[in-house]
Formats: sequence, structure tokens, C-alpha cells
Amino acid sequence: MKKAIFIAVAASATLLATAATAGTLDDVKAKGFIQCGVTTGLAGFAAPNNDGKWEGFDVDFCRSMAAAIFADPDKVKYTPTTAKERFTALQSGEIDVLARNTTWTFSRDVNLGFEFVGVNYYDGQGFMVKKALGVKSALELDGARVCLQSGTTTELNLADYFTANGMKYDSVLFDTADEVREAYMQDTCDVYTTDQSGLYAQRSVIADPEAHIVLPEIISKEPLGPLVRHGDNQWGDIARWTLNAMIAGEEHNISSANVDDLKANTKNPGIARILGTSGDLGEQLGLSKEFAYNIIKMVGNYGESFSKNLGEGTPLNIARGLNAQWNKGGILYTPPMR
Amino acid sequence: MTTDVQGLGAGDSKLRDPRVRAIIYQILVIVLFVAFVAYVGSNTAENLEKRGIASGLGFLQQPSGFGIGIVLIMDYSSQTSTHFDVLLIGIINTLAVSISGIFLATIIGFIFGVLRLSKNWVVNKISAVYIEVVRNIPLLVQLLFWYFAVLGVLPLVKESLQIGDNFYVNNRGINFPSIIPSEGFWVIPVALILAIVIGVFISKWAKKRQDLTGQTFPVFWTTVGLIIVLPTIAALIMGLPYTIDYPNFGRFGIKGGWVLEPEFLALWIGLSVYTGAFIAEIVRSGINSVSHGQTEAANSLGIRAGLAMRLVVLPQALRVIVPPLTSQYLNLVKNSSLATAIGYADITAIFAGTSLNQTGQAIEVIGITMLFYLSISLIISMFMNWYNKRIALVER
Repeated sequence: MKKAIFIAVAASATLLATAATAGTLDDVKAKGFIQCGVTTGLAGFAAPNNDGKWEGFDVDFCRSMAAAIFADPDKVKYTPTTAKERFTALQSGEIDVLARNTTWTFSRDVNLGFEFVGVNYYDGQGFMVKKALGVKSALELDGARVCLQSGTTTELNLADYFTANGMKYDSVLFDTADEVREAYMQDTCDVYTTDQSGLYAQRSVIADPEAHIVLPEIISKEPLGPLVRHGDNQWGDIARWTLNAMIAGEEHNISSANVDDLKANTKNPGIARILGTSGDLGEQLGLSKEFAYNIIKMVGNYGESFSKNLGEGTPLNIARGLNAQWNKGGILYTPPMR
Repeated sequence: MTTDVQGLGAGDSKLRDPRVRAIIYQILVIVLFVAFVAYVGSNTAENLEKRGIASGLGFLQQPSGFGIGIVLIMDYSSQTSTHFDVLLIGIINTLAVSISGIFLATIIGFIFGVLRLSKNWVVNKISAVYIEVVRNIPLLVQLLFWYFAVLGVLPLVKESLQIGDNFYVNNRGINFPSIIPSEGFWVIPVALILAIVIGVFISKWAKKRQDLTGQTFPVFWTTVGLIIVLPTIAALIMGLPYTIDYPNFGRFGIKGGWVLEPEFLALWIGLSVYTGAFIAEIVRSGINSVSHGQTEAANSLGIRAGLAMRLVVLPQALRVIVPPLTSQYLNLVKNSSLATAIGYADITAIFAGTSLNQTGQAIEVIGITMLFYLSISLIISMFMNWYNKRIALVER
């Protein structure tokens, strides 16, 4: 009898328990690290280096968040996700934030229940072919066999572009960027399509980069950015202003090299607000006053992260282009930090 | 009465009655189970609602918007076809590779199973090596091997191996001429079905005649003849109601004709070779299970070795073979979901992969996919159970 009563009580307790969830910030603080979703490996954006440590442009964003919250950029654990798995991982709470060159689209923002916190890379979809094929324009690709990654906006753009131009294609879908590259290198397909940044990243790791060209056409807008679950606005704000602090840092010429100096000596009230020597921006987020200082000091500003991972001098060798600051010919523009 | 097993008399609580207790426990378990399901369901719904994630099956009517590499039977266009069409194409592609895989795996399995019993040392060892090597390497690794290491290193398209006039082998697959039906084509499949039906009747008649008179009739060759002759006559009467589309070189690869894509070939061969090794062991154990006395009895009646195998040993071995064989068929169907690793457009890759990702409705999509695999597996089980019953030993 006692056992039966016990079971009944346990059952009703389970029934009464609601799906109460604390804020993501509290959860993250309690466990002591951020669980950050990244790619399974895309040179320049997120890939393990020779020591097995994750590095790259998207990884820097995860590290910035850790710097903002814990004042320690290493308090991040990485979950490699394929394009297909990434959304489920975020929806289910397996990861706290997804920084995985993900395109901001209407349906992902609204229907999937996510909150895009900004754009950290303005991209567009392109095509890469072997030079030997003699193709000069994407409009000559009628009848080609195209390799691409499944579960991406790439699939949709490709179908739209070929239909709009009255062309046909065969698609071969793979789960990870590496499998796509492998199939393209084996000549199983004529064309490799993904965001142009991805094409440059992949070209940088193949044996003979000169034998391949990225065609001039850009067939889509791909604003890539980090995202969080919809509904936890505080967490969303932290992610959004972590990104904005990196961009604002570059805009105000605050870099990891001069940040200590500026913090001590600046007369510029805008910089003082960002670095937390005046005002309480950090505290409004539920973080310390110095959250932006920590980001820039420990990880660097947007420009530093870009040139370290993607820019000229790296194997990817990508020009800033659209991703330059708004006052330097690009469209990178952060709302004021005040 | 068994109520008083504990030697307790009347007046004791009804709760001591094992039958009453059994009923109470069962009710309790059912209530708990229902409560658990209800709790999980409402919790899921509540959380979906809270995060603003859409639910329901409405997404099946939305246009899919992406291309699919391998489309059989159906017409598909990324702009007008829906996610429901994607589901159907995924199902067709999964069935295509599963059925052809079961067919090939069975043939491979029976051949190597019998060879494994050969008294010829070389043949025996070849079979043993095949079985041991293939059974002990993970299937995913084997699929990648077939896709990248075997089919991937075939000649490039421009240097295709040419067999005959219109048959090409290259790293984009195997190209061969296709038949495009024109008006009146339906006569040919009808003639084919007719030939098969006649074949069935002939075999029944031949069996009856053999039972009565002991005379045999070449049923197999007659049926093969019918299957070739009847459709040919039909085609000639209708004035060859089809055109042939030959493969030829286009700017990118070979256009026209039919093509067996490398993704399909790799998956088909990989699944068949892998499952075939398990089937070979099942066949061997089945044949070994038939007492040697049966073979000796057949020999002593003057039945030739081949016939003794076919008429005496195999029918008895099948009773041992069929139940584990069913499991292998089920495994093959489920393993076909590894297609996603090598780019074959099966239900897991395109529906539980791309459609899920574009619509974000993980619960519905995964639910439907699971339902599909469950249904297919149950259908195969039902069929194999029926077949098992049919060949079961009839006690007299």
C-alpha cells in the first residue's frame, strides 16, 4: 500500500510541475559556460586548429559572449552542428546561442521561433567551378550537376535562380561542407554552390586553389548572423549588444591594443560609455559595467576578428567589401551605444 | 480457489486478494501511462506555443522550393511541388533502394552461404573472408568506401568507359538508352502480366499432372519463353509504340537516356554486400541444421545431388532461415537511411532533412518519418510471417 501511495504522489507531483524555465542568463551563469553551436568545420569561420581548439570568426563571437558574461573568453563549450541539425539544437535548448553563418530569413525569425540578434557577415550565394570547364558566368550552367549542403537557404536560392533563368540542374545534397567539397573535388559534380565566403573558405583548403574559379554572379542576399531562442529577451539583448560592441569598438577605433589606454585616459564620452567608465550600459544588461571592455580586450573588435580570420593575409583572403564600416564604404552599422 | 494461498481467512482486507491487487496494479499502471503521455504532450504543446514555433500539418501543402537530385515516377518542380510531394518522392526513393537491395542481398547471401559449405578449400575460404570482412566493418564506412573510393575513382565523364554503342560508365554513374513510351505502349506491360499469369497456371497444372502421372513439365523455360514472346508480339502488333532515347555528350556530362546515379549505386551495392554477408551466415546455419540423414535418404532414393538440395534440404532449411532473414530485410530497409551520408535522396535525407529544416516542424516531420519506417517494417514482417507459415512443417 505504501508503495502505491508513493507512486500516486510522485505521479501527481510530476503532473503539477510545469515547464518552468529560468532565464538563459541564469542557466548559463549556473553552469559556468556558454554552449555555443558552430559549424562542423569551415575554415575561417569555425574550425578546430592544430591543437584542437576552436578558432574562427563565428567562434570569436562565442568567445565575446563569454568575455561579456564571465570576463573569460574561454568559458565556452562548442557544439558542432550540421546545417540540418542546427535549428533543432537551438530549439531544444541543447545550445544557448547559434553562431554558425546562418542566414537571417523571415521564416526562420518568425516561424521557427528564433531571434536573430544582428548581422555579422553580409554574404551572397555564389558558384565555384573548375577553370578547365571554361565557364565564365552562372548563366552558362544549364544542365550542370550541382553539389551543395542540405538544410540551407542555398537549396532554395539555387532552385529559384535556375527556374528564373529557365535552366535545369541536378542537385546532390550532403550533410557537411567537407562532404560537399570531397564530392566536388572528385568531379562527381560540376559546380559547388554555397555562400561566397564559404566558397573562399573551401577554396583555401583544397590542394590547387588556382584551378578553381568563383563565378562573378551573386544570386542572393545572405545576411549571416548569430541567433538565440525567441522569448528570452534579456538573453537576446546580451547577444545583440555583444555583437554591436564589437562593431562599435571598430567604429570608435578601440582595439585590444589600445583599450586599456583608452579606458584610463579617454576624454571621448562615447568611448567612455562603451568601456563602462561612465554610465551603466553593462548593468542594464544584467552584466558588469565592463562587458564591452572585456570583449574588446580579450577577443578584439570586429575589424580585428575579421582580419585575423578572414581578411587579407589569411588563406581566405576576403576583402571587407560590404562588411566595411558604414563610413568606410560598407554597410556595417551599429545603433548607438548610449 | 486460489485466493487463500497465504492461508488467510475471510474478514481480511480485500487488498490481500491477489486478483484484486493485480487489477488495481494494472489500473494504476494504465493511469500512470496515460498521465505520462498527456503530460509530455501538453508540455510539448505549451513549450512550442511559448517559443512561437508553428505546429500542425499545414506545412505539407506549402511549396517546397528546393531541388531533388533523384526523382522517379513523379514529376517534380521546386516551384509548384509541395512538401507532401517531397515526402512521396522520399518514400519512393527509399522503397526503390530497399527493394532492389533486398533482391540483390538475398542473391548474394544465398550464393555465398552455399559456397561457404563447399568442400573446395579455395571457394570455401573466399566466402569466409568475404563474410568476416564485410560483417565486421561498420556500414557507414562501407558506404563511404563504395561512394568515394570505388565509384569516385571511375573515369571522368569525358573519358567514360564505353561498352557497346550506347552504354557508358563514369564517375557520374552508368548511362544507358531509355525507352520513351508513345501511344499504345500500355499493351506491352499488359502482355507481360498476362505471360506471368499464364505461367502461374501452367505451374499449377504441371504440379497436378506430376502428382497424377509422375511426368514432369519444363515450367521454368516455358514461362521464360512466354515472358519474352508475348510482349514482343504485342510490341510488333502495335508497331513498336515507343522511341529510344540514346545518351550523348552534352556540355556537362552525358544527357539523355537513363542514368543510375553513383549515389544510388553506392547505397544499393553497399547495403546489398553488407546485408548479404549476414544472410550468407543465416543460409549456412539453415542448411547445416538439416540432418545429414535427410541427404543420405535422398541419395539412397536415387535423387541427384542438385535435386536433393532443392527438393529435400532447402525446404527444410528455409524454416530455420526465414525468421532471421526477416530481421535482415528489416535492417536493410532501416539502414537505407544512411543514404544521407552519400547524397542519395531518400526519405531521411530530403524529408526528415531538408523539409524539416526549411519548415522547422521537427516533431511532425520526424513523426511522419518514423511512422513510415514502422509501417514498412510491419508490412515486411507480415509478409515474411505469412511466408514462414506457408513453408512451416505440416504435422501429420
